[in-house]
Amino acid sequence: MTPRSNTRQNTRTDQTRALSPKLYSLLFTTDHRIIGIQYLILALVSVIIGTLLSLLMRVHLVWPDWPLPLHGPILPEDYLALVTIHGTIMLFFVLTTAPQAGFGNLILPAQIGARSMAFPTLNAASFWLTAAALLILLGSPFVPGGAAISGWTAYPPLSAIPSAGPGQALGMDLWLVSIALFAIASTASSINTLTTIIRNRCDGMTWERLPLTVWGWFTAALLSIIAFSVLLAAILLLLCDRHGGTSFFLPTGDLVNGVLHHGGNGSPLLWLHLFWFFGHPEVYIAILPGMGLTSMLLANFSHRRVFAYRTMIATTLLIGFLGILLWGHHMFVAGLNPFASSAFSISTMAIALPAAAKVLSWFATTWRSRPSYKTPMLFALGFVSLFITGGLTGPILAQPILDEYLHNTFFVIAHFHLIMAMAGIFGLYAATYYWFPLITATRTRPGRLMSEPLGRLHFWTTLIGAYAVFLPMHLTGLAGEPRHYAQLTGIPGPGGYLSPTGALLAHTISFNHFITYAAIFLAAAQLPFLLNLARSLRKGEPSSDNPWHATTLEWHPALNPFPPSSASDTPEISAYRSPCQYQSTQSGFTFQPQWIPNPVDQVEIKEATSAKPE
Amino acid sequence: MPATITPNKTEQERKRRVEDHDNGSGRRPPTDKRTGGGGDNDNWNDRPHGRRGPYERLHRYRMGIFFALASDLMFFVAIVSTFFVNQSTGHFDAYNHYVNEWLPTTIPPILWLNTAVLLLSSATMEIARRNMFRETDVMDEWLGLGKPITRRALPWLSATIALGLLFLAGQWTAWRQLAVQHIFFKTNQSSHFFYLITGVHAIHLFLGIAALVAAFTGLYVSRQLENRQILVDGAAWYWHAMGILWLFLFALLAFFQ
Repeated sequence: MTPRSNTRQNTRTDQTRALSPKLYSLLFTTDHRIIGIQYLILALVSVIIGTLLSLLMRVHLVWPDWPLPLHGPILPEDYLALVTIHGTIMLFFVLTTAPQAGFGNLILPAQIGARSMAFPTLNAASFWLTAAALLILLGSPFVPGGAAISGWTAYPPLSAIPSAGPGQALGMDLWLVSIALFAIASTASSINTLTTIIRNRCDGMTWERLPLTVWGWFTAALLSIIAFSVLLAAILLLLCDRHGGTSFFLPTGDLVNGVLHHGGNGSPLLWLHLFWFFGHPEVYIAILPGMGLTSMLLANFSHRRVFAYRTMIATTLLIGFLGILLWGHHMFVAGLNPFASSAFSISTMAIALPAAAKVLSWFATTWRSRPSYKTPMLFALGFVSLFITGGLTGPILAQPILDEYLHNTFFVIAHFHLIMAMAGIFGLYAATYYWFPLITATRTRPGRLMSEPLGRLHFWTTLIGAYAVFLPMHLTGLAGEPRHYAQLTGIPGPGGYLSPTGALLAHTISFNHFITYAAIFLAAAQLPFLLNLARSLRKGEPSSDNPWHATTLEWHPALNPFPPSSASDTPEISAYRSPCQYQSTQSGFTFQPQWIPNPVDQVEIKEATSAKPE
Repeated sequence: MPATITPNKTEQERKRRVEDHDNGSGRRPPTDKRTGGGGDNDNWNDRPHGRRGPYERLHRYRMGIFFALASDLMFFVAIVSTFFVNQSTGHFDAYNHYVNEWLPTTIPPILWLNTAVLLLSSATMEIARRNMFRETDVMDEWLGLGKPITRRALPWLSATIALGLLFLAGQWTAWRQLAVQHIFFKTNQSSHFFYLITGVHAIHLFLGIAALVAAFTGLYVSRQLENRQILVDGAAWYWHAMGILWLFLFALLAFFQ
């Protein structure tokens, strides 16, 4: 306490001198909780940018003539750049960063009863690598030629040839470097997560007692270890193709933009294999922490145990395992061997089993439990709803024969936005509302709760908006609306048959208008959240020690507020039982947090230890 | 009363030894922290030797290095599978003949020598590593009788650094020899891979030498035995992994082209 107040007095006398080291130590800290908050701020900035980009895309699709202020009309290459940056930012810097690195740093150590991560310096280094990657990505639209336009998948041969088109030169290089840095950062952060979970658990925190959120983080970190380095290798090969004169991904006789390539027999399909070997686990990295959190929240607010806890652990691992075996379902129309397609189709449908087991457990946990519908619970239920809706189209797209038609249509967009983007975001919102008291608690005052009415408004408008945006996309996709097309109406030249007069997609125009309005509504529905966040940070209602009657260790009185790393008088932390030990009674429910010892044990121990041997 | 589907008793009964301060939480070796081992109410009496006390931090770092190496292994798996795919990829020419233009790169014979040097360096590194953990020396240091561990390990570590540099020089010579035959990175499919694989491995070895130099400096600078052990041990495991990896990569380039 004393050094802190001293600093404050110094600040008064000499502000600049005292402030900058403080800022410096806050920025380059190795405290995992501050790093977690840094990650969350990075993700918040990214999600705002990504959402604005998606609005531009929607607006351009229905009003192609609308000129963007300060930019002019949106050209097809601009639209593709929007697609690329939107996808990259959202998937890497929001859906990977926020649940896995953000809440993974903020909450994970406390949930396993540890006071720090295993490698704090590595942790800080991964954050700064991630931030550098984001800055490089955000800088790429401003270089000559503009941002990359290859989508987040960057398929060669176009991405392998700098002269292939606008944005394929320096913009593409920056994109590749940014993602390479991100891959290194994620691998380092996953090494940290895995080692922390394996070695820093408190006494009594056996594997079966780990909360399912920790299992989600653990599995996602395992997947990151396996997947991101493959992406790194692929990026290295692609950079060699671009600048080293090699032809790993370039077929001989390839004519791109007037330039004939006659090198070796490279194969663009190879990039697809390498990329999707990373890309598919990546979507599970994004969603697994949310699935774990949903299980825990449903049990918490239903005051029930998690139905089939050990099966839930097994399905988490199984989803992770199957997740690395089914990358080929992204390549059904890429010229894959039909037998390989069948194999990938089967492994894809196999993942419906553990996913369905999870959904059944969520149902069984909440069924007739009269839960308390607090905002985190609402978002967890929303997660379940979106996960089912988005998941049901999964087995459809897993059929090679159906995918021939549906590939690269808005049907696919609808599928992965519902199950990954929307469900993932709902998981993040649930986490934010749920853990807000822990984030805001300081040593001098208790944490704050976010406003419930605003939260409820946010939930319902977001849920309605999410369905309003993405359900109609199934229909326009079935009607044949392709993705990555900058313009569906008013196309000059021979492409004009797509215009209303040409009538191929005329009947989807009204749908597209509706989707755009819904997208604007959905984006506006996030304003209550931002308002709630800003308001609750300053004057939110003070929360009690354990406002949700949670059972997991992050609500342990010794960890809330979190003690500084230098504290020496902290009480010991042990886990005595598995989480979610709720018991309904006539008058309500009782619960046993993980950290409360069994009273019988304590008596026995006292007796045994006080009786000294003669 | 609402229906309850889940059973109440989900956990198995655990045996516990009340007399040993076992509070019934179930025992698991945790880690950390201020106690120098074990951590939050760690039970020192009943742990396997390697998991308690002074080695806790060492083992944490070792585990981190193993995860990093697992990730690195996937990096090379990706490159090697690319090798096999590209090797078997061809194209159809104007007469509808399937042409595979793979021309194997003959490896320069000096690679055999380099391999031997790298194996030797792994051996010296292992000797250096083991010298960090000799119990009598650890005891001596603990009693304040100089730094026998550093004294023993330093020559072997220096030998490893020298051999590592020799290996890199040998690789450089191999590239020069190929360049004299006008085989460059961009010459053909096979040479792409020769240079890529040897080059990426050389970058890894370069990082390994950086780690060795860090360990070397640590042996001089660090007064804490634990830090020195961690530095040498981590560098050693990384070095061994790169050596084993090279054996596979070398076999690939020598026999599977």
